[in-house]
Amino acid sequence: MSKRTFRVWRGDRTGGRFVEYNIEVGPGMVVLDALHRIQAEQAPDLAVRWNCKAGKCGSCSMEVNGKPRLSCMTRISDYEPGSTITVQPLKTFPLIRDLVTDVSWNFEQNKRIPPFRPRKPGPDGKLRMWQEDVDRIQEFRKCIECFLCQDVCHVLRDHDKKQNFVGPRFIMRVASLEMHPLDTVDRIPQTLREFGSGWCNITRCCTEVCPEHINITDNAIIPTKERVVDRFYDPVAMLTRKIRGVDPTKEREEGKHA
Amino acid sequence: MVDVSELKTVEHDVLIIGAGGAGLRAAIECANAGLDTAVLTKSLLGKAHTVMAEGGMAAAMGNVDPRDNWKVHFRDTMRGGKFLNQWRMAELHAKQAPDRVRELEEWGAVFDRTPDGLINQRNFGGHRYPRLAHVGDRTGLELIRTLQDHSVHQGRIEVYMECKALRLLKDGDRIAGCVAVWRETGRFMVVRAKAVIMATGGGGRAWRVTSNSWEYTGDGLTMAYDAGAELMDVEFTQFHPTGMVWPPSVRGTLVTEGVRGEGGILKNNKGERFMFRYIPERFAPETADTEEEAARWLAGDKNARRPPELLTRDVVARAIKAEVEAGRGSPHGGAFLDIASQRPAEYIKRKLPSMYHQFKELAELDITKEPMEVGPTLHYFMGGIRVDPDTQASTTVPGLFACGEAAAGLHGANRLGGNSLSDLIVFGRLAGLGAAEYVKGLDGLPAVDEEQVKAAIRWATDFLNRESGENPYVIHEDLQEMMQAKVGIIRNATELAEAIERIAELRKRAEQAKAHAASQYNPGWHEAMDLHSLLTTAEAVTRAALMREESRGAHTREDFEGEREEWGKVNIVIRKAEDGSMEVRKVERGEPPEELAKIAFATIEDLEAGRV
Repeated sequence: MSKRTFRVWRGDRTGGRFVEYNIEVGPGMVVLDALHRIQAEQAPDLAVRWNCKAGKCGSCSMEVNGKPRLSCMTRISDYEPGSTITVQPLKTFPLIRDLVTDVSWNFEQNKRIPPFRPRKPGPDGKLRMWQEDVDRIQEFRKCIECFLCQDVCHVLRDHDKKQNFVGPRFIMRVASLEMHPLDTVDRIPQTLREFGSGWCNITRCCTEVCPEHINITDNAIIPTKERVVDRFYDPVAMLTRKIRGVDPTKEREEGKHA
Repeated sequence: MVDVSELKTVEHDVLIIGAGGAGLRAAIECANAGLDTAVLTKSLLGKAHTVMAEGGMAAAMGNVDPRDNWKVHFRDTMRGGKFLNQWRMAELHAKQAPDRVRELEEWGAVFDRTPDGLINQRNFGGHRYPRLAHVGDRTGLELIRTLQDHSVHQGRIEVYMECKALRLLKDGDRIAGCVAVWRETGRFMVVRAKAVIMATGGGGRAWRVTSNSWEYTGDGLTMAYDAGAELMDVEFTQFHPTGMVWPPSVRGTLVTEGVRGEGGILKNNKGERFMFRYIPERFAPETADTEEEAARWLAGDKNARRPPELLTRDVVARAIKAEVEAGRGSPHGGAFLDIASQRPAEYIKRKLPSMYHQFKELAELDITKEPMEVGPTLHYFMGGIRVDPDTQASTTVPGLFACGEAAAGLHGANRLGGNSLSDLIVFGRLAGLGAAEYVKGLDGLPAVDEEQVKAAIRWATDFLNRESGENPYVIHEDLQEMMQAKVGIIRNATELAEAIERIAELRKRAEQAKAHAASQYNPGWHEAMDLHSLLTTAEAVTRAALMREESRGAHTREDFEGEREEWGKVNIVIRKAEDGSMEVRKVERGEPPEELAKIAFATIEDLEAGRV
C-alpha cells in the first residue's frame, strides 16, 4: 500500500473546481477503485457513473490525465509512481455533476437509424449466415456504448456539430446493419444527408480510444463512406443513372452483401 | 411537507421496473399488445447486468447435436435444480427457448455460426449436449443490444433512465404504480400504472465477493415483499465457481463458465485435476472418470462422457472451496483454471476474447500462456418473487408480475449456466403477455393514495435532512463482511442465527444513516436508501437458509449434510406478516404431472432412444 493523490473535478453546470484527495492505493487498483475509496472515506456524494466494473458495460467513461478512458480498466500502476492523477468528466457532453455527464443525445441518435429488417428465411424455414460473412459485423457489435469515441471525435468535441453528425458510434451502427447479410433496408442516402458521414475526415482518434479495440475507422467508417461515394459521387455511375433516369436515393444497391 | 398534487405524475398502462434482458423483453411484448409501456431503470439503457452474461443462452435447437430436444433440456434443468424447480416453468422454458432465440436473430442478433450457417451452440455445465447459442464470450451484450435496438422502434415504450423506484403504490389490494426518484435531479415522480412488472434481478451486493454490480441490491424483491408479495426459494444463492481472486480490486469479477465449456480444466497447487474426486453419485453415470475419457470428449468423441469440470456450479464451487481449505489452493486462495494447455492461443482469443482482455488488462496475465486463479463468487439468486408459472403474476398481489432473476421457480435449488439468458426472454415475454391480459380486464387507472406517496418521500428525504448519522457505505461494508462470513457457501445453524441478530442491529443503524445534503446525483443518498433493500433481502435469505435443514443445490448446511427426502417436498415461502415481521413457512409442492416426472427421472439412454 502507498499513498496517492487524485485531482478530481467537483461541480455542476453552474461551475466547479478540482479537489485533491489523498488515499491509500493497493496492488491492481484501477482509477474507479480509487474513486470508490474517495466516496467511502472522504466524499460520499462524489458523483460517478459505473456498473459492471469489468469493461463490459461502458458506464464509467471519463477523462484520466486528459485521455478518454473507462475508469474500471485504467490501472493506477500505469501512471508514473507518485504522480498526481487528474480525473475529469467527458468534455463533449453536458455536465450533470462531478464526473457524470448527460449522454442522452447518443440514445436519441440511435433512434434515428432505421431498424434491421431481415429477408425471408430459406425454403427449410431457417435463416442462414456464414461465419466469414458475420465476422466483420461481430467486430462492430462488440461496442459497449461507452461513447469515448463520441467524446474524442473532434467534429463533436471541438466543433460541436451534433446537429450535423451522429458521430463514429452511430456511423458504425449503420455499418453493422448495412453489412448484415440478412438485412434488406437501404440506409445509404440517409447516411449522407442526415447522419453526416461526410463530416468525418478520418483522423482515427475514435479508433485509438476504443476500449474494445474495434477498428472503427478502417473497418466501419471508411467502407460506409465508400458506399456513399459509390452511390452519389462515382462519375461513371452518375452518368449511367442520368441516361437511365434512375434516382440514386431510391436505387437499391446491387450485391449489397458481397 | 410535500404537496403531492405538485409532484410530477406520469400515467402508463404497464410499468416495468428494470431494463435488463427480462425487462426489455417484457416491454416489447407489452408494446406489441398495444399497451402504453414505461421502463424504469437505475442506470442508462443497455448497461444492466445482462451484459455480464458471457457464455450463452440455452435452447434445445439441436443445431450442433441433433439428439437434443426440449425433453433433455427439461431433464437437465430439473436435475441441475435438484428437483425443487417448478415443473411447469421448467417445461415452458425448455419448450419455448428455441423460438425465443430464433426471434432474436430476426431482430438482428448475430450469433456465432455452425459450418452450415446456423446458430452455433456450445457445451456448458450440466447441459447434456452443446446447447448454448453464443457470441464469443459476450452473449449478454448481444442480447441486451438486440432488445434495446428493437424496443426503441416499438413505439409506445417510454424509458426513464437513471430513475430509481422507491416503493410500490396500492389501491386496496391491487397495484397502482410506484414512487420513483431521479438520480440526476433528486426530484420525485409518481408513476401511475395498471400493472407493474418487476425485472430487477437479485441482491448479490449484500455479499463482499460478488460478480454483481452496484445495482443488485434486492430492490424488486423488497418492494414486492413490502407490498405483500410472497418470496420463494431465496435460500438458494448461487456461488459461481469461477470469479477472479487476484488482484484484490477485481476479486469476484466473473470468469465465464465458457472457459470450461471450451475445454478449460481445474487444478490445485499440486497440479492435480481435482474435480475427478468430487463427482456426485447422481451424475457419475454421465461424467468422465478418467483424464483420458475427458480428453476424448474434448476432441469430439460423442461416446465419451463429459469432463467433471462441467458438473453443475454448486458442485464445482464447493470443490474449489474444499481444495483451498485443505491447503491445496492457489497463492491467492483459489484454484487454477487452465485453458492454455488445452487449446491453441488463436482459438482461445477467438472464442474467449473478453476473458483474454479482462485478464491481460486487470491481472497482467496472458490466459493463452498461463492458468488463471479463480474462486467462488456470489452470482445469482435462484429464488425471488413467487409467481404463477404461465402468467408470471404474483401469487398474492393483483397487478404485480415478475420475471427473470427477480422471479422464483425455474431454477429450483441451483441454476444451470446458460439457463438465465433463456429465462429472461421466455419469461420476459410471458410476463408481458400476463400483464397485458390483466390490464385488459381493468377499466381505468387504479387510484393513488397520497398518504403512501408522502410516506415514501418522507422516508427518502429523512436521510438527507437529519442533522447527523452514520456513513451508509460503512453500514453496507459491515453487512457484506457479515454475510460473507456467516451466510456463505457452507452454512450452519449457529452462524445463521447470529446473522439474523446482526441484520437486526444493522437495520437500526441503517434507519439512522445520514446522506450529504445534496439530492442531485448523490450516490451516498442512494446507498442509504438501498440499505433497506439489502437488509430485507439478506434477512429473507438467512431465515430461509436457517429453516431448510438439509443440503441441496446451492444451499449447503454442514450441520445437515445431504439431501433429505422430506425437504424435497417443500419450497420455503416468505411473506410480510400483519405485524411487520418476516413470516417464513414451508409450502407443499404437490405431485408433479406424470408426463413430466417420467421425463425428469428417465435414464438418458431411454430418452435418447425415444422411449419416453
